Amino acid sequence: MKKENKLLSGADIFFECLKHEKVEYIFGYPGGSVLKLYEHLYDVDFLKHILVRHEQGAVHAAEGYAKASGKVGVVLVTSGPGATNTVTGIADAYMDSVPIVVFTGQVPSHLIGNDAFQEADIVGITRPITKHNFLVRDVKDLALTIRKAFFIASTGRPGPVVVDLPKDVIASNCEFEYPEDVDLRGYKPNYKGHSNQIKKAAEIISKAKKPLLYVGGGVIMSGGANELALFARENKLPVTMTLQGLGAFPGTDELSLGMLGMHGTYWANQAVNNCDVLVSLGARFDDRVTGKTDTFATGAYKIHVDIDPTCIDKNVVVDLPIVGDVKHILAEIASEMPRTPDTDDWLSQINEWRDECPLHYEDNDGRLRTEFVIEKISEKTKGNAVVITDVGQHQMWTAQYFKYNYPRSNITSGGLGTMGFSVPASIGASFAVKDRPIISISGDGGFQMNIQELITASYYKVPVKFFIINNNFLGMVRQWQELFHAEKYSFTDLSLSNPDFVKVGEAFNIESFSTDNPKDVDGLLEKAFSINDRPVLVEFKVVKEDMVFPMVPSGGSISDMIVKRLNPKRMI
Amino acid sequence: MKHTISILVENHFGSFDRVATMFSGKGFNIRSISIGETEIEDISRMTIVTQGDAQLIDQVVKQLNRLIDTIKVVDLSHAPRVERELALIKVNISKGSMEEIKNLCDIFRGNIVDITNRSMTIEVTGPPDKVDAAVNVLAPFGIKEMARSGIVALQRGEQTKIKKKQNIT
Repeated sequence: MKKENKLLSGADIFFECLKHEKVEYIFGYPGGSVLKLYEHLYDVDFLKHILVRHEQGAVHAAEGYAKASGKVGVVLVTSGPGATNTVTGIADAYMDSVPIVVFTGQVPSHLIGNDAFQEADIVGITRPITKHNFLVRDVKDLALTIRKAFFIASTGRPGPVVVDLPKDVIASNCEFEYPEDVDLRGYKPNYKGHSNQIKKAAEIISKAKKPLLYVGGGVIMSGGANELALFARENKLPVTMTLQGLGAFPGTDELSLGMLGMHGTYWANQAVNNCDVLVSLGARFDDRVTGKTDTFATGAYKIHVDIDPTCIDKNVVVDLPIVGDVKHILAEIASEMPRTPDTDDWLSQINEWRDECPLHYEDNDGRLRTEFVIEKISEKTKGNAVVITDVGQHQMWTAQYFKYNYPRSNITSGGLGTMGFSVPASIGASFAVKDRPIISISGDGGFQMNIQELITASYYKVPVKFFIINNNFLGMVRQWQELFHAEKYSFTDLSLSNPDFVKVGEAFNIESFSTDNPKDVDGLLEKAFSINDRPVLVEFKVVKEDMVFPMVPSGGSISDMIVKRLNPKRMI
Repeated sequence: MKHTISILVENHFGSFDRVATMFSGKGFNIRSISIGETEIEDISRMTIVTQGDAQLIDQVVKQLNRLIDTIKVVDLSHAPRVERELALIKVNISKGSMEEIKNLCDIFRGNIVDITNRSMTIEVTGPPDKVDAAVNVLAPFGIKEMARSGIVALQRGEQTKIKKKQNIT
């Protein structure tokens, strides 16, 4: 144990701890309760503080950074409104298991509970949406608490941790002692899978006639993408991915079936429905994947590998659970395989489904469509980019049409479905990845939800390509209104209320372009990809009435899948 | 089916709230809850009685384990165990009923802990079904007020060891 005997202030200790945790960036916004920290920050040179324009933006930026890098994202905000503004971002990180530590200022200890100025019980508020949270009541606990926060956020199933820092704690002094190791008796994530279960899984997969790997974000978080590729290719196992799993296995590989679930491919969903062994790897049988659980992969023997025991048997009861780190377990299953299964018939059956109902969009009327734009971006980057999507139709189309080549290249708000995620998250990701293009794709609705962060992008000259898919509608809501809500397009038409996005971009000092012509797309992408020392914005004005297909209606079975517009005349 | 779940939690600020928040957030029901000190200074024991099918109880136990502040979670329902509850029952009394209530109290090995001209407070301790029975027989006299502690329970036999102090090396 290291011991340094001089007295340090809470603020010094705070930065000493961040130095030990190798923090490179803090996304933050100053305020009354954290002034002391900002006073010290002024002279800190081992990390960079990125000033956002809204605390929600700070959290999404930290998420983008964490997802792109695999490191812990760090946020620093003030008490009260500063803290409550982080709530959506924290909930988002909780749902998608993103390792972030959010430091919130708090009013001085003696005022807590007094309805003091800018006081909010952020520990109480964030209790159900954090992996854990802390209120530091004594400066002596500060170093250990920060150590614990980073440890909890980054180990096991990752997640957000909030550390609430009362103003007086930061200002008090104590001896600094950095705890190198941390041992929490109530928290012991299990990494090593049960060896008999692993053997059994290998045995069952090797005997399967129609096996299917169902891959979630856990594979990416555990760093298991290589193990997955080896295992799948060696045993000729088809792979379908959840929204968060995209990138875990190359989208161009013939064993990739693309995404499954509500807007998954026809063939992926057919494969799920007809497989005899379903191997879930770091996925959680979310309702957007399963639809009606009673009819989900009913004939299949289900193997579920996950580091979080609560995921097992939560939504779908499985036959063989293995709790542990999916990277190691995949490697072990692979080494235990007694023989490779014969999957040739199964793969040709899947290819028949692929031909039966391919992804399809209208491309002969000269109008611009999202699918076309996404395909062009995918071609242009050869899948070698970090793509940060927002929430809605463009998100699903990107999932369908962008062929991700690498893990950590697909960053999106999946669990919580937070509109306004993409703009700040892409800024965060741009600090983590320097050697690949950073592409932010938003709809016209979501783009406006954290539009203030454009100035952050512009000020720090981050090389983000902000692509706006503008259909002048809240497209996904519109789609549901058309399909399930009597075509009452209630408050989803933005055509009369959208701003001029080119002017918006220019106002934020970002070079901006716009088109509604498919013929312009190549040229504009060329232009956008030639700008690499600052952000650039391109608005694609697309048709408003398109819907994302295939679609399994909420709570439906695969057999309820809609593959095209039921009544093509019913367009607005 | 009712399940008695015993939980050892860190005895510090917010631990109880984390458990309660998890129950309400996940929509699990709580029939009774009690919390108190244990033989170890910084650990408290919570005893929660909840209800549900096997899959739900499995989730409850896993979700409890997932909380960072919970040290040990045991579903005692299938284990040999001792369960006790304490009730304070304030019943109406009259000249005619006093003797009868006293007899009933004796049958349940209850104690009379307070008495006025018009009411008597009886303390009954025992397994929850005994307390239920006592409440049932006292109900016809008119229960003015009642407080039940919720169940506390321990597994029979040898105790399982808990690590005493958090190791920070």
